Amino acid sequence: MLYFLAYEQINDLLNALRTLGYTCMGPQVQDGTIVFDELNHAAQLPWGVHDMQKPGYYRLQQSEKKEAFAWANGPQAIKPLLFKPKESLWRVQKNDDGKLIFKEIMPDHKPVALIGARSCDLAAMAIQDKTLLKDKFIDKQYQWHREHLFVIAVNCSYSGGNCFCVSTQTGPKATSGYDLALTEVDKGFVVDIGSDKGRNLITTLKCIPATETNSRQADTRTAQAASMQTKRMPKNNSRELRNILMNHLDHPRWHEVAERCLSCGNCTAVCPTCFCHHQTETPVAQGDGSVHAREWDSCFTQGHSYIHGQVVRDTTEKRYKQWLTHKLGTWWDQFDTSGCVGCGRCVTWCPVGIDLTEEMAAIAGESNVVTDKKKGPHDD
Amino acid sequence: MESRKPRIAIHKFTSCDGCQLAFLHLGEDLLELSEKVDIVHFVEMGPINPLAKVDVAYIEGSISTPDEKERIQHIRANSRYVITIGACATSGGIQALRNFANTKEWMKAIYATPDTIATLETSTAISAHIKVDFEIYGCPVNSQQILASLLSLLHQTTPTASRDKVCLECKRLGYACVMVTKGEPCMGPVTQTGCGALCPSLGRGCYACYGPAENTNTTSFAKWLSSLGLSDEEIARRFLFIQNNAPAFKEEGIKLKGKNKHD
Repeated sequence: MLYFLAYEQINDLLNALRTLGYTCMGPQVQDGTIVFDELNHAAQLPWGVHDMQKPGYYRLQQSEKKEAFAWANGPQAIKPLLFKPKESLWRVQKNDDGKLIFKEIMPDHKPVALIGARSCDLAAMAIQDKTLLKDKFIDKQYQWHREHLFVIAVNCSYSGGNCFCVSTQTGPKATSGYDLALTEVDKGFVVDIGSDKGRNLITTLKCIPATETNSRQADTRTAQAASMQTKRMPKNNSRELRNILMNHLDHPRWHEVAERCLSCGNCTAVCPTCFCHHQTETPVAQGDGSVHAREWDSCFTQGHSYIHGQVVRDTTEKRYKQWLTHKLGTWWDQFDTSGCVGCGRCVTWCPVGIDLTEEMAAIAGESNVVTDKKKGPHDD
Repeated sequence: MESRKPRIAIHKFTSCDGCQLAFLHLGEDLLELSEKVDIVHFVEMGPINPLAKVDVAYIEGSISTPDEKERIQHIRANSRYVITIGACATSGGIQALRNFANTKEWMKAIYATPDTIATLETSTAISAHIKVDFEIYGCPVNSQQILASLLSLLHQTTPTASRDKVCLECKRLGYACVMVTKGEPCMGPVTQTGCGALCPSLGRGCYACYGPAENTNTTSFAKWLSSLGLSDEEIARRFLFIQNNAPAFKEEGIKLKGKNKHD
């Protein structure tokens, strides 16, 4: 059953979450982009804001329309909340007998309710879960943040210039991973319930059932977002793309893209599935001890492939190839999925506007532009 | 292990004195440190003993006079480890701009009696004169880099420094990219981290005071700056600034200047 949450009830929603002990995080305009920060009031939402995205380009535009989610995405969403850019893991100290004592450092803050996660972000979270919560190799800090997260997804009614989630089958509508999923319609949202926690919240708010008109409008808005997309991942991000990449490791395009690539790592830092990190040991001035932390790293750094006294991937060509043959290639072997969710962040936030769909088109020999058919020639 | 406390010295060459301040800015940590080491030479703080034999010598400043050329050799001979701090010591500093000019002509234009001034034709990094064990970049360096290097040595481990691009630090700290959101030229993608992305945190572009990162692609980056509307001369000036004598920046800057002349 679908419910209706009026714009006027957003503050009730925030209050109810706070009463349950959550810190509410939601989208808001800061420094020319949309970021997730503590959301205390509905007025902080990006009302009437659209994002214009092109390769290496992001600008916000203000319109008169009263809509809170008429934008695609900002540089980050869920990843920094769960897989923190830097997180202390343990502390080691010498005791009086000179013995080393290790103490685990666990997160200790209020649980977080995230308002405004996109379907691509949730697809990415599911992939990060596979990476960081798999079998016995569990990242305990990630697990803690994950267990203390309440997710309110917002289905897209608008796509940015670099969105291509239709071709990666990860959007624009969220299908799992949320407690509540909203779709913005006239005067409010159609609400879909994804968990018992979500159901309890909606009961507390005394939401009325959505009308037939509300639901139809929600479907139209989602379809509108899908039809706005002009980009696609060649081979629809399939295992076939993996095979093509692995069979074309000497394709001249790798060399050509390396001449443009700055090897700066922005693409991997904004990618919602990239999980590479390094660990640091920082001695403390007071006493004989140090703190061990993990920090986001990137396959575009020299440290990433520094093994036994040498940097294995010493050129940009090797690093760029590593990034995409892993993300779109061997990720399938490791996690039975592609590592790309079609959010387009790596395209927007690349300082020199490199578009991975364009690079893949050159290597795979299939267009990255959506035609009227919306699908590649091999999907018929 | 020897029972005495390790001895350290902080020496100044051609510089503005700003990097030494990173020690004084340590605050309480400096008090902790002074329990663990003997600071035997540090003019800015008090102790003076330039010829002391030490475990670690920190060097600020570039080599720009005949006297400095000689003095640095004595310091090397007297020190177990030599660590250079700041843009001047690691690449020659902003004063290395003189390397692009005719020193004698400039001296004549500025001083009434240039013959009374002993100076070299160039300003160069300490590593051009002696073996340097570890380099800390920045203009100025920050206190945490200094502290980390010394604590590493006290723990008998090798100090480490990241030569990754500023961009990674910006993203970790959640700062909006000024180039992507505003089209403002930012040297972050070719500059090494260490500053904590200080300038982008204030909404302005990085001006490369930490010098080139590893594996820089200055040519592609210069092309992008040009597409943002900068002239070759303006781009060249961004490379030939505080770290003008660092090889990656020097090469790109000279290339762009040359291009400008032929246009």
